[in-house]
Amino acid sequence: MKNMCFGIFLVAVGVLAVSVPLVAHHGNASFDTTKELKLKGTVTEWIWANPHCFLKFDAKDDTDTVRNWAVEVSNPTDMSKRGWARTSFKAGDEVTVTLQPVKGGAPVGRIRSVVLPNGQTLGTGGPPPGAGAPAAPVQPAR
Amino acid sequence: MPKRLIVAIVAVLTLAPAIRGQNLPWNNSGLAQSSNQPQSAPAGPAPRRDLSGIWDAGGGGIGARGATPAPLTPWGEALGKTHKSGDGARMAPIAEINDPLSTMGDPEGFPRNLLFELRPFQIVQTPNQILMLYMFEKRWRVVWTDGRELPKDPDPRWYGYSVGKWEDDSTFVVQSNGTDERTWLDNAGNPHSTEMRVEERYHRVNQNTLELTVTIDDPKAYTKPWVARNKLAMRLMPHDTDLMEMIPSASEALEYKKAFAK
Repeated sequence: MKNMCFGIFLVAVGVLAVSVPLVAHHGNASFDTTKELKLKGTVTEWIWANPHCFLKFDAKDDTDTVRNWAVEVSNPTDMSKRGWARTSFKAGDEVTVTLQPVKGGAPVGRIRSVVLPNGQTLGTGGPPPGAGAPAAPVQPAR
Repeated sequence: MPKRLIVAIVAVLTLAPAIRGQNLPWNNSGLAQSSNQPQSAPAGPAPRRDLSGIWDAGGGGIGARGATPAPLTPWGEALGKTHKSGDGARMAPIAEINDPLSTMGDPEGFPRNLLFELRPFQIVQTPNQILMLYMFEKRWRVVWTDGRELPKDPDPRWYGYSVGKWEDDSTFVVQSNGTDERTWLDNAGNPHSTEMRVEERYHRVNQNTLELTVTIDDPKAYTKPWVARNKLAMRLMPHDTDLMEMIPSASEALEYKKAFAK
């Protein structure tokens, strides 16, 4: 039991450690952290920029009305470590977006994950590629 | 040795760097952010009085939630109340954030560039300067090592004025003043005055590791000096690393705010 508790503690610390850079510019103040939506839609624009990259896509709501969503991830530097790129999306791509919306009900939020047309999932959580891997080669002595 | 073999060896030696060079990657974004990874092999000793190289603190350099400062003076408290930050103790909803860096594309300024968004940076040594070339904002600082003193009553600058000297063979100490009051100290909107003095201590622990300690001394804004970075460990990156651009432009900030300040 003690080991299990310690394990949970380590996981929690790990999640916190890797989540900090993803909200480097702003924290949770605008977002409804109790809610998660999964929407199927069509990409209208992908903006690869600072302080945040963001994806715009059209998706129908419960009343069959199409709304244009704007959902963010972190900046290009951080996202490229997680396999995202300037070329990850193009207008017209059919995607499934899992997101955390803002509190006021506007079609705005932040991405948890996106399933691409080819079935690949791009995520925002978890350790970035390379975390825990052997350290980068060091500079040779000169 | 046959002539043909000699020609082949010379050709390989001549062409090898070029062949390797063709495969070198561009746009390196730095070390993984989850931790400052352990060394893969024992590092050699620190070279004498040498900080040159590309250094990266990984996620430790980002400082999203801001520092924990000393208590503010009434002047500092009043200025801090005007700062609506993206994170930390003054965190505000996106529409209300007035961070000059992320909403207007103002320079990050010094020492915020050490306390928030300390992405990889390169140190270059010349006979009379140490140059610090930062990936974030693609800006640089000059630390004079020619024995000059800090200016008295300087015109404020976004990145202040800096002089440095070697305390011993592995510790370089930088003193700075003359910073611009419009900049924030960190991502939590901690304030500072133009009277602030900043000390940076760069301690080269070994070949691959550099530690940074930053002390803020600003009697107008804080009741006592405080340590904002305490032995932040930075790793030496390969010397042929090509760093990404990471520039917070005003037009991109505006586009973001239009989409998200709802």
